[in-house]
Amino acid sequence: MTYKENAENYMEKYGLGIGDKIKVNKQDISYTGILLDRPEDADDGYLVIKLSSGYNIGVAIENTTAELIEKGEKPKIGFGETEIPHDDSKQNISIVSTGGTVSSVIDYRTGAVHPAFTASDLVKANPELLDYANYNVKALYNILSEDMKPEYWVKAAEEIANDISNGADGVVIAHGTDTMHYTSAALSFMLKTPVPIIITGAQRSSDRPSSDANINLIDSVIGAKSDIAEVCVCMHGSLNDEYTYLHKGTKVRKMHTSRRDTFRSINAQPIARIQNRKVKVNPDYSYTKRGENELELNTSIEDKVGFIKSFPGISPDYIEYHIDKGYKGLVIEGTGLGHVPNDLVDSFKRAQDENIPVIMTSQCLYGRVNMNVYSTGRNILDAGVISGIDMTPETTYVKLCWALGQSDDYEKVKEIMQTNVAGEFGERSTIEDFLN
Amino acid sequence: MDYEKLGLMMGLEIHQQLNSEHKLFCPCKTELVDDDFDELIQRKLRPTQSELGEIDRAALQESLRGLNFKYENFAKHTCLVENDDEPPHSLNEEALDICITIACLMNMHIVDEFHTMRKQVIDGSNTGGFQRTGMVATDGYLDTPYGRVVIESLGLEEDAARRVETKDGFTEFRLDRLGIPLAEITTDPSMHHPDQVREVAYMLGQILRSTNVKRGLGTIRQDLNISIAEGARVEIKGVQDLDLMAEIVNREVQRQLALIDIKKELTARNAEVLDEIHDLDELLEDTESKILKSAETIKAVVLKGYDGLIGREVQPGRRFGTEIASYAKKRGVAGIFHSDELPAYGIKQEEVDKITEFLNIGEEDAFIIVAHDEDIAISALEEVKRRAELGLEGVVEETRKALDDGNTEYMRPLPTANRMYLETDIPLFKITSERVEPIANNLPELPDVKQARLIEEYKLSEDLATQLVKRQEADMFEAILADVDVDATPVASLLAYDLREIKREGHDVSVLTLDHFKGIFTLLADGKIAKDSVRKLAVETIKTPDVDIAEIAEKSNLVMMSDDDVKKIIAEIVANNEGMVKERQMGAMGPLMGMCMKQLKGKADGGLVNKIVREEIQKLI
Repeated sequence: MTYKENAENYMEKYGLGIGDKIKVNKQDISYTGILLDRPEDADDGYLVIKLSSGYNIGVAIENTTAELIEKGEKPKIGFGETEIPHDDSKQNISIVSTGGTVSSVIDYRTGAVHPAFTASDLVKANPELLDYANYNVKALYNILSEDMKPEYWVKAAEEIANDISNGADGVVIAHGTDTMHYTSAALSFMLKTPVPIIITGAQRSSDRPSSDANINLIDSVIGAKSDIAEVCVCMHGSLNDEYTYLHKGTKVRKMHTSRRDTFRSINAQPIARIQNRKVKVNPDYSYTKRGENELELNTSIEDKVGFIKSFPGISPDYIEYHIDKGYKGLVIEGTGLGHVPNDLVDSFKRAQDENIPVIMTSQCLYGRVNMNVYSTGRNILDAGVISGIDMTPETTYVKLCWALGQSDDYEKVKEIMQTNVAGEFGERSTIEDFLN
Repeated sequence: MDYEKLGLMMGLEIHQQLNSEHKLFCPCKTELVDDDFDELIQRKLRPTQSELGEIDRAALQESLRGLNFKYENFAKHTCLVENDDEPPHSLNEEALDICITIACLMNMHIVDEFHTMRKQVIDGSNTGGFQRTGMVATDGYLDTPYGRVVIESLGLEEDAARRVETKDGFTEFRLDRLGIPLAEITTDPSMHHPDQVREVAYMLGQILRSTNVKRGLGTIRQDLNISIAEGARVEIKGVQDLDLMAEIVNREVQRQLALIDIKKELTARNAEVLDEIHDLDELLEDTESKILKSAETIKAVVLKGYDGLIGREVQPGRRFGTEIASYAKKRGVAGIFHSDELPAYGIKQEEVDKITEFLNIGEEDAFIIVAHDEDIAISALEEVKRRAELGLEGVVEETRKALDDGNTEYMRPLPTANRMYLETDIPLFKITSERVEPIANNLPELPDVKQARLIEEYKLSEDLATQLVKRQEADMFEAILADVDVDATPVASLLAYDLREIKREGHDVSVLTLDHFKGIFTLLADGKIAKDSVRKLAVETIKTPDVDIAEIAEKSNLVMMSDDDVKKIIAEIVANNEGMVKERQMGAMGPLMGMCMKQLKGKADGGLVNKIVREEIQKLI
């Protein structure tokens, strides 16, 4: 219930509840309809009424009276459980939901949109899923993508490892898109996997007929059945509802606030393209094949890692603050080849003295860090700053969290950061890896 | 026809494009685009969960069939919002204010808070799979010579994308029209006479035209709801011509009466539609009918007790069979053959007899044949059966399309209750009295009132006044005359006629501001330019809008000469033609006027020239 004080008192006075058919009488007009809940952020003093035409309107309650016409049932939305057939000839795919709603149902009486979380919900909303696999569906948690925290990566990794040991032939994770690439990077570092782990979501909510959720979900299942035993992000490859890409979990980034094809491989190409239910692997790509790795779970992480973007005029205070506050590591999003203003160098030296690794990435996103070209870069290197090579700043951040979980020794962390653990960096920069 | 006795009930629904600068939820212009598109985007739409219910693969397949779309995008004219690749921007307040104006003119109650809704539409005409729409006002009225008509509601919504073509399993749309604000006006179904509907439609049109709405073909769409007591509600889409309204009503009543008759007869005959679909391929193996021969398969159904009724006329030139055929056509066939019209189409009497015998049907029975590919033929015959069976119920609730001759044609079933839910991407919008009052206190004059006033107040001809109002130039006209004391007719004539011509010649008349017009007509009022030069000066002003008008007139050689100079020139011309004057006396007036005007056109007033020529001639005789 999100009605605030005045409206709530008004409803109490006239005995009105959400879902009731009511009549509100104003001086020269009255409105009859179903009383609906009000969005949380909307102002007090108004009731939301759904007229018989289906339209909602807001009615200011000042100088009105109301009457209850008919008690309504509290809107109940459910699909009810259905038996999902099991087919031994099909692979078993686990679907883990983390809060990204890949399916939902609308109650047109009240206009409420309800997310679908159970296997039977999913299959009801996407019956064609049954063609491809057997499903084990679990709602792990329900949080907004922006509220994601490193501890949730751990929970997800554990759940996935559990599913895999229990015989899952592939795992699909439904995730909000904002921080999907952080999670994909985290799972890449935490899991060595014998089966595909595919993260997917939707840029247009699943309650609308134009949602990209269905295609992304189906293609993720196709990807989860493939022999690409890697952590991947599966999302639309273009503005068309035509094909999706499997992006390597450590090389992908959300690059547009709203387009369906927002996820792009950065300094890399997608591993594969999925079209008409078929996986077409990029021939230049060597990937880990199904069964090549034994399942290994390593979820030790350090979440006290700072992430700082450099800008003209940035003060050394930014660095000092993090050191003072006890941060265990810092990722810098430098300018150009990996620079910050020269007057930050002393603070980097202090970080090194205090055994705090600092990793340099570039806010250019595309291209690699090289701190040897200009004197500032060399000064930064001399201050012990470690290159993030061609990793995205986000992957670098996640990797540092993970590396600090493995060791608190500066040299050891530096070694991990410069080791290619999960395909997070490439050796060569090619002409096709820009704005693709 | 005695409409009252028949219980005729009608209502109107009008969709009018608003002339706001921007679309309802994005900053794109509200103009249609004729350019080639820049990109084609391919999309699918999927019915949402609640339409599907239980797991039903077949239902899903069926519902997804034909939900493949292509959208024509423009780099310059459309944006990611039309594409459904960006959330809507905030509500266009200009469009809302136009709606508030319309609401006030129709005595409506404006809602306290406008909620944008998503109305499910999955025919592809909206990229999101829903149309954004909201209720602005309710419960208004119009007083007509036939009594009061209640205006039930005024909605503000997005126009749909323009359908281009359907080809290879894709329906293609152009995104230019998507998102243009539309006012949707719905009357209650209380009208009982076609003339009243016409009057109400006219009045609504007048009201709309007094506000800032789009003009021209396709910018207003009128739908008619109609039923008679024993019939059913039918919605007729796209009534373009008001003069056709009465005929459409007439013919629809006629159709409903005929269908009621057919129902009565069918019931009396105990008529029945048989379920079986018969295969006639073997039977008609040797047919010479080209249409039958070229089809993959020929199939038939039996309608027991329908003989003679399928061929019965329901509207001029349209039979009950036409109604059945229009259902079948939705499944991809070009038409059907029914026993009431055979032999025809190359099908011979002996073949009809063979079919009759094969189907084992009696004298009162009928059959319908479809010739096409197997699955299309079957699916079409299922529709034939469905529609024929509905004949037993009389009139069917339908959405129909208005045809040019006043007939109507089946489009689709009447939409069920609106499937609407809140558009959560757009905040609720309060409509405060601070917003409404200034609008309510400055309502525009209705066009006919304004026209009458212009004639009365400015002594304009009826034609000029009509054109000024029609071309939305009346406000400019009055603004000019408020400041410049000049004869009204040349002002009206420039605005009502010349501007259109100048525009047609390729000049951008939109650069002309009130100040420009005032400048031009001040020169006219002061006698600096001739009436004939107004148009030319306007054109020159368009070319250099930043230059002072007097200077433009000077440079373009449009400034009139002083009376002395005029006199000098005329005296000279007359002197040079002394012979003629002597010979013809006052008869030389004509030729001399011609010569003088040729030289002085635009530089001297014709009246003045006339006066001086006369004086000069008189001096000589």
